[in-house]
Amino acid sequence: MKKSFERFWSMFYARNMEFLRDRSSLTWSFVFPFFLLFGFSFVFNRDKPPDAVKIAVTGPAAQSWQTRIDGLPQVQAVVIADAAEARDKLAHHKLDLVLDTAQQPPVYQISETAPKGYQAEQLVIRVLERKALGNRAPPAVFTRQSLRGTEVPYLDWFFPGMLGMNIMFGSVFGVSYVTVRYRKNGVLKRLGATPLKPFEYLSAQLASRMFLLMFTTAVIFTGSMLMFGFQVRGSWLALILLFFWGAASLIALGILAAARTESEELVGGVLNMTTWPMMFVSEVWFSLEGSPAWIQQVAQIFPLTHLITGARKVMNDGASLTDVSHHLLILIAMTLVFLSISSALFRWTKR
Amino acid sequence: MSSILEVRDLVKQYPGLRAVDGVSFSIDAGVCFGLLGPNGAGKTTTIEMIENTLDLTSGEVFYKGQPRGQKFREEVGIQFQSTQLLQYLTVEETLKTFHRLYTRQASLQQIIETCQLSDILKRDNRKISGGQKQRLLLALALLNEPELIFLDEPTTGMDPQARRNLWDIVQAIKNLGKTVILTTHYMDEAQILCDQISVMDKGKILTSGTPKELIQRYCPHVTIQLPLSLPAETLQNLPWTIETTPGGHELHAKDAREVLKVLMERDLDLSDISIHSPNLEDVFLVLTGRSLRE
Ligand SMILES: Nc1ncnc2c1ncn2[C@@H]1O[C@H](COP(=O)(O)OP(=O)(O)O)[C@@H](O)[C@H]1O
Ligand SMILES: [Mg+2]
Repeated sequence: MKKSFERFWSMFYARNMEFLRDRSSLTWSFVFPFFLLFGFSFVFNRDKPPDAVKIAVTGPAAQSWQTRIDGLPQVQAVVIADAAEARDKLAHHKLDLVLDTAQQPPVYQISETAPKGYQAEQLVIRVLERKALGNRAPPAVFTRQSLRGTEVPYLDWFFPGMLGMNIMFGSVFGVSYVTVRYRKNGVLKRLGATPLKPFEYLSAQLASRMFLLMFTTAVIFTGSMLMFGFQVRGSWLALILLFFWGAASLIALGILAAARTESEELVGGVLNMTTWPMMFVSEVWFSLEGSPAWIQQVAQIFPLTHLITGARKVMNDGASLTDVSHHLLILIAMTLVFLSISSALFRWTKR
Repeated sequence: MSSILEVRDLVKQYPGLRAVDGVSFSIDAGVCFGLLGPNGAGKTTTIEMIENTLDLTSGEVFYKGQPRGQKFREEVGIQFQSTQLLQYLTVEETLKTFHRLYTRQASLQQIIETCQLSDILKRDNRKISGGQKQRLLLALALLNEPELIFLDEPTTGMDPQARRNLWDIVQAIKNLGKTVILTTHYMDEAQILCDQISVMDKGKILTSGTPKELIQRYCPHVTIQLPLSLPAETLQNLPWTIETTPGGHELHAKDAREVLKVLMERDLDLSDISIHSPNLEDVFLVLTGRSLRE
C-alpha cells in the first residue's frame, strides 16, 4: 500500500514537472482562462451604457433625495411615485436600487440577482453615508432590504455552465493525448516493464490534471465574481466538491478514451463525439426546459449535466450540500467506474 | 548450477507471419546468454515475449521454475531496443522516477558510476548523445538490483568507441554474477560478451553452444590467403584444397602452423600472406548461406 502510493507519487511528480516545463502548453493552460474571462466580459458588457446605475426614489421626500442622488457621478436617479411599481421594476432588473423615503430612516432595496445591485449600493448609499460624515451633518442612516429576484438573469445562469464547459475541455483532451502519445513512443512500454500498475499510473495522471484544472477554475471563478458580482447563494463546500468531482469524472472519461487507443486522431474523434453532444444536452448554453423528456433523461448519463445542474442549484438557488448530494454521489461513482474500467482495459504497449 | 529461466516452445504469430516459431532454451544463473541473428530474425519478439511485454501466441516461460508473476516484475531489469523517456526530465530525475517504482532498490550512486552518468545528471534526457542515452537506458535496467537483465541490441547505432565502452560496462555487470540475456546482430559483440549463444534466423533457433563450440562444429578450418602474385605452379601438390578468388589464393586448413611450415619449406615470399580465423559470422554463413548483415 505504501509502495503503491510511492509509485503513484513518482508518476504524479514526473507528470507535473513535465507539464510545468513544457512552456507552450503551460502558457496556454494558464493564459486561456484569462482570455475566456476577457471574451466573456466583452460579450456581455458591450451593449450596456458605461457604468451608470439606475436609482428610483419613492415616498414623501422623493424629490429632494432624487436631486441629491442624481448629482453623484455615474448615477441616474428618477422619482417614481408608486412604491409597488418601483419594486416591480427592480425585480425585473430595470432598476438597480430603490430608495423608499416613506420610513425613517429611509429604506433601500437592491436585487440580489442583479449584478449591478452591489455597484449601486457602493455608488449611492456608501457615498451618501460618507458625505454626511464629511459635512459634519447628522449621519445619513439607511436600512437595507434585499429583494429576492424571481428570475435569475441569464448571465448568472450561464456562468456555472461556462465553468463546467471549461473544465470539460480542459480534462478530457489533455489527459488522453498524453497517454496516447506515451503509448505510441514507447514511454508506457518502459513504465509497464516496472512494477507500476495501471491504476497507479492512471490515478497519477488524474491527480496531476486535477491540480491544473482547480487552479484555472479558481482564476476564472474569482475573476468573474469580481467583474460581474456573481454570488454563491448556497453552500461553498458543496460547490467546491461539485467542481472537484465533476473535473475528476471528466478526466476519468478522457482516461477511459485513451485506455488502449494508439492514435491521437482516433482518441480526438471519439472525444469530440462525446463532448459536443454532452455540451448540448447538459444545458451549458440553453435550458432544455420543454424539450422531449427522453433528451432530459439521456442528459443524466453525462457527468457534465450533474456538474452544471448541481453548481446552478448552489449558485443560483442557494442549495445546500444535502440538496445536491445525489449529483455529487453520481459524479463520484462515475469517476470510480471510469477509472476501474480504464485500469482493466489499459494496455502499456501497441498491438 | 540451476536454471533461472526456461522457455518452452515459444510462438508468435502475426497475421501472415510467424515471427517466432517454436523457440526453446534454458539459461543457468550467472550466464550471459546471447541471441545472435540478422535483422528481422525474431530476436526482439522473442525476448519481449519472455519479458511479458508482448503477448505470446503459445508457449511457456518459467522464471526460477515458476510462471512469471509480480516477483518477476520486481526482479528483472529490462532495456528495450528503442524507447523514449518522459519528456522534460533530467537524467537524474529520470533515474529517480524509475527508482521509486521498485521495492528492491539498488544504490543509485553506484549505478551512476557504473554507467558513467555523473557528468550528464543535470541534462535533459533528450539532449544527450546516442551512447549516453544507451547508458541511461542500461542504468534504468539496473535500478532494482535485478537478478536477470534483458538487453536488446544494446550497441546498435553506436560508434566503435562508444560500443567498446558499453561492452566494458556489460562485463562489469557480468562480473557481479548477474544473468544477462542479450540480443545482437554483431558477431563480435556475441563472441566477446556471451558465454552461451543461440543463433536465430527466421523465427527459429538454428544452433546453440559456446562461441568456441559453434566455431569448431561448423567452421573448423582457418583460411590462409596467399597473394595472386605467387605463381600457381608453386602451390601444386599441397594436401589442402585451394580456391583462386579475385582476392588471392585461398587455402583452408585445420591448423595454420602446418601450412606455414610447408610454405616456408618451399621458400615462398610470405610477406603478403593473411590468415583468417573463423568467427560466428562464418558460422552463420555456413548455416544459412547468407551473411549476418545483408
Ligand atoms: N507488430 C508486428 N506486426 C507484424 N509483424 C511484426 C510486428 N513486429 C515485428 N514483426 C515482424 O516480425 C519479424 C521479427 O521481428 P523482430 O523480432 O523485431 O526481429 P529482430 O529483433 O530480430 O530484428 C520481422 O519480420 C518483423 O517485421
Ligand atoms: Mg530487434
